Amino acid sequence: MTRAYLALGLVALAGLAAAQQQNFDSVQIETVQVRPNIHMLVGAGSNVTVHTGEDGVLVVDTQFAPMSDKILAAVRALSDKPIRFVVNTHMHPDHIGGNERIASAGGTRAGGNVFGDIGNAARNRAEIVAHENVLKRLSFPGTATPAPQGAWPTVTFFGDQRDMLFNGEAVQMFHQPAAHTDGDILVFFRRSDVLSTGDVFVTTTYPYIDVAGGGHVNGIIAALNRIIGIAVPSNVEEGGTLIIPGHGRVTDEWEVVEYRDMVTIIRDRIQTMITRGMTIEQVKAARPTIDYDARFGADSGFWTTTMFVETVYRNLTAKS
Amino acid sequence: MRRPSIVASLVAGVLCVSAPAYAQADLSGIWQPRFHEDQPERLPGPELGDYLGLPITEGARKWAESWDPSRLTVPEHQCQVHISPYIYRGPMNVRIWEEKDPRTQEIVAIKQYISTYEQTRTIWMDGRPHPSPNTPHTWMGFSTGRWEGDMLTVTTTHIKQGWVRRNGLPQSDRTTMTERFIRTGNVMTHVTVVRDPVYLTEPLVKSQNFVLSLRELPQQNWLWVCLPVVEVADRPSEAQDVPAYFPGENPFLAETRKRRGLPEEALRGGAETMYPEFQQKLRGRR
Ligand SMILES: [Zn+2]
Repeated sequence: MTRAYLALGLVALAGLAAAQQQNFDSVQIETVQVRPNIHMLVGAGSNVTVHTGEDGVLVVDTQFAPMSDKILAAVRALSDKPIRFVVNTHMHPDHIGGNERIASAGGTRAGGNVFGDIGNAARNRAEIVAHENVLKRLSFPGTATPAPQGAWPTVTFFGDQRDMLFNGEAVQMFHQPAAHTDGDILVFFRRSDVLSTGDVFVTTTYPYIDVAGGGHVNGIIAALNRIIGIAVPSNVEEGGTLIIPGHGRVTDEWEVVEYRDMVTIIRDRIQTMITRGMTIEQVKAARPTIDYDARFGADSGFWTTTMFVETVYRNLTAKS
Repeated sequence: MRRPSIVASLVAGVLCVSAPAYAQADLSGIWQPRFHEDQPERLPGPELGDYLGLPITEGARKWAESWDPSRLTVPEHQCQVHISPYIYRGPMNVRIWEEKDPRTQEIVAIKQYISTYEQTRTIWMDGRPHPSPNTPHTWMGFSTGRWEGDMLTVTTTHIKQGWVRRNGLPQSDRTTMTERFIRTGNVMTHVTVVRDPVYLTEPLVKSQNFVLSLRELPQQNWLWVCLPVVEVADRPSEAQDVPAYFPGENPFLAETRKRRGLPEEALRGGAETMYPEFQQKLRGRR
């Protein structure tokens, strides 16, 4: 079982690596206003959340490395204050690729006992904030997802939650264990009522479950339910909390509900098929995703419908 | 005093006559639906498993067959709105008015307030483009309009997922809708053409008529208040319970066929069942 997991994960990561080699020259950044002080940048790779204010700029996720200069230009068009924090929702290269360049363009507030070379080093870079498992996955010797040291998180947390006040806004990071990976966080801008979800929620495909990276379908469903728990809609299930997904368009709570329903229904179907003794080939032949394939499925690319079904099957039959 | 006003009215008269391009219909007013078209579907509601006359895909059919109506008891589904391609079919009142630029009197938008679900639609008439695909979808979507003679043609994108028919047939969030609003005296005809690349194999065309109300309606007739409540007290948690039937095991799908004596191949819908030739085909079977 473990070997199958690993193989799947490596194939997927190879896909991400291939994407990394694509030509980014023609990709333009689109800036979508979400609130007066919060924007979503769309380019190649993850969505980027930019939070601006008197204290400076906080950026959630950084796309692929070659996009960095374009992202910086888009950030500069929104604010001339320093970039203070880069937050990573998880460790995939389409979310952390620009960490090094973008953090280096920013700066941390440092002083007091921190002076001289140490102080300068600290002041010359923004902090990179993530869950501890992100640092582990990027830095541990022999890891499947190594990254240059400059891209590693500099501030990590181990528990369920980390809070900070920035630009007069409570920024809350909630760890969602074993979901898309083992280091996923939701980033909630409490005052602005905006939630950046990373890849536990996307509007583009079935959820990508990186099993080698510690992911599991049940963790995805738990994360989707957490998003629904945090989000509060306005009248008749529209508006209210706005949600920036890892990939795709800005949504409100109801579209997460529909997506949660889908993942839960597919998980439950495959679980029933397993309980009835069906093999993985029989499950695939039964097409447990047929009603959603035209919207979320794929026959090619790095995350196909077949890979999704196989991964859920293996998740649910793995001995823990 | 008298002479200038006569001159003014003469000038106004000349202006009116010489500006036919601006003599478009005015849809403003309060409109109420008539239900002579598709009444059983629109008021009592469609029966389970009846997809006759709808150009649906196999995926849409499977979606509906797995749908359990008790999903509507989940708090986040209780207040979900009928999307703009569906909302005009139900009981409702709609108030239409124009928004004009006060300096030029050029039309900026045609607004509609729909009583069911308290929905406001803005149909932009100022030539603005539709927004980026990365911006949020809404129940009513983003609409732009133009006059084609006396007919208002509206194009809508950015619509949330909703129903093609409210017995579980989904309409996807990739749908675009073209509408025609045609006023003939105190009757307004509304035609919708829905294109859904996910769940429809051909465009779906529907129409409905409205009659102008010559009186304002009581305030309460314009309100539609929804607060989700706990409907299933012993539901373990939403996380574990999204009501759905396992594929092929929905026990209620056969009821309509038995009660109405209609053949399975008609009820399962599909583009073929929209056309007159399909009636001939069924007749040939008898
Ligand atoms: Zn990812």
